Amino acid sequence: MAAETGSGDPLARELSRGRVLWLRGLGHQGFLMGAVVLGVIVMMAVFAPLLAPMDPFEQNLSARLIPPVWDDRGSWAHPLGTDHLGRDYLSRLIYGAQISLLIGIGAAFISGIIGTLMGVAAGYFGGRVDMVISFIITARLATPVILVALAIVAMIGASLEIVIAVLGLLLWDRYALVMRATTQQICANDYITAAKAQGCSLARIVVSEILPNLANNLIVVATLEVANAIILEAALSFLGLGVPPPLPSWGLMVSEGKSYILFDPWLITIPGVMLFLLVLAINLVGDGIRDVTSPEGRN
Amino acid sequence: MSASALSDTGGIPALELRRVTRDFHVSAGLFAGKRRLRAVNDVSLSIETGEVVGLVGESGCGKSTLSKVLLGLLPASAGEVLFHGEQMSHQKRRAVAKRIQPIFQDPYSSLNPRRSIGSIIAQPLHVHGFGNRTEIRRRVSDMLDVVGLPSRLAQASPAQLSGGQRQRVAIARALILRPEILICDEPTSALDVSVQSQILNLLLDLRREFQLTYLFISHNLAVVEHIATRVAVMYLGRLVEVAETRAFFQAPRHPYSQALLDSIITPNPAEGIPTVHLGGSFPNPIDPPSGCAFHPRCPHAMPRCATDAPRLLTDEAGEIACHLTNMQQGA
Repeated sequence: MAAETGSGDPLARELSRGRVLWLRGLGHQGFLMGAVVLGVIVMMAVFAPLLAPMDPFEQNLSARLIPPVWDDRGSWAHPLGTDHLGRDYLSRLIYGAQISLLIGIGAAFISGIIGTLMGVAAGYFGGRVDMVISFIITARLATPVILVALAIVAMIGASLEIVIAVLGLLLWDRYALVMRATTQQICANDYITAAKAQGCSLARIVVSEILPNLANNLIVVATLEVANAIILEAALSFLGLGVPPPLPSWGLMVSEGKSYILFDPWLITIPGVMLFLLVLAINLVGDGIRDVTSPEGRN
Repeated sequence: MSASALSDTGGIPALELRRVTRDFHVSAGLFAGKRRLRAVNDVSLSIETGEVVGLVGESGCGKSTLSKVLLGLLPASAGEVLFHGEQMSHQKRRAVAKRIQPIFQDPYSSLNPRRSIGSIIAQPLHVHGFGNRTEIRRRVSDMLDVVGLPSRLAQASPAQLSGGQRQRVAIARALILRPEILICDEPTSALDVSVQSQILNLLLDLRREFQLTYLFISHNLAVVEHIATRVAVMYLGRLVEVAETRAFFQAPRHPYSQALLDSIITPNPAEGIPTVHLGGSFPNPIDPPSGCAFHPRCPHAMPRCATDAPRLLTDEAGEIACHLTNMQQGA
């Protein structure tokens, strides 16, 4: 008996769970890199009014297409140059972080709620409910997202809110698939049977037994979907049916720069690199969270 | 019966099963429609307060389905379950939960890895509306003490505990509502041999302390002999023999019980692996044999066994369903 209670990892017992996660996060290189880049971009978005040297909407047609400072013709008045309407590119880039993050997080949040509800219902109830929901998921998987999004935006007009809503209503499929499979696994555990045998209500079983065990996978899928939504918004904006001008979306900036690609390529490269960095950082953070928090996975 | 000395029940059994049957409908193929699988078939059993009934049988014979029916997790297709003479189907889910609680085989899957030990044990109290936080904390710490765990483990997470400690937590959770009956589904088979006896002795101590009644499901006959006062043998959804433990292990009467006891592997390697006269494999439960379900494997099968199903008859030594004994008694 004494030997039995004395077992267990003594180190793990000394440290609280939060501290253990913190230490493991610090030891994960991918997570650290992603977190630093993501942190910088989030700071850019939050403090955009303080950081931006100029008004991102102010046009100056006498100072069009000025190249960045590293070019011979550039100057520190416009560190990243100006676009075809003479707007300061650095300011537009900084404000563009707001749009990208807003769309990414907004769309991932809406689709997360839809997908999680469907997935948990399918996984928990099984049988007919599962059959119907699986059919809806399959139907959704067979739908081309870009095409449907383009059609809807073309019909009802483009605005920031509509782009977020359309992407949110289209991107729930991965949530639903992952949550369904994970809920099925969780429900096979005896602690769910024990909760039923205690007389727990359905709501209590879902909230206190199933959801905490879904959290890991939910966070990982959510980060993937944030990145996915940001890329889709850029694609829609590039095709001219995303965020309407003059909002400084990175995708729109690439789109507006495409006629100047031969002579002023930085107009495309700079927002393109930012999109790449943001999506990479989000994916690194998502993978890192999965590695750091999974209760048994310390690989 | 030794159990009746424990408490005065006025002759009403703590738990009584009356002709309980549970069917499942399984898909037999894409166009074949559904076929009926009778997992529990016409089981009648009464358990007195303070008794420990060991339920034994092969994998797939319906033991676990029967335990789910008793816990109210699966409705019986036919028949009734009674607690102290009251029908379970007439009671609310939570009223049943207060009287009967499960202990599971696998202590790794029976505790939610995301919750602390304290909140796992306190969960039934929350469900049943005990609001007072300090009272709940006191009861949890008392219960940890009862099952032999230090109360500081209330803050630990299940991942920090060993298998034996986890099973103690599962027992504490089952006992915190002060139920009368515990359904133990193979509670020791996932544990190390050295820990098994600790858990068994804990269960026996708790039986005295809390006036508990156990239905102890196991395929480990040594464990059943150690803990049970009575043994019930199940084969393909039916009870084939019920007897007092001592009598059962000295002289099992049903041919299937005899084969089960012969199959125990002794620690003496010179005796080799026992030969069990159970030719053939376990029959398909979707398509059970006619007559006595055991007759294709029975060394004493008679022509009558293939046509008539023997009824479970009561005599002075217990209950048995076999034409062989019924015939000898009839003579």
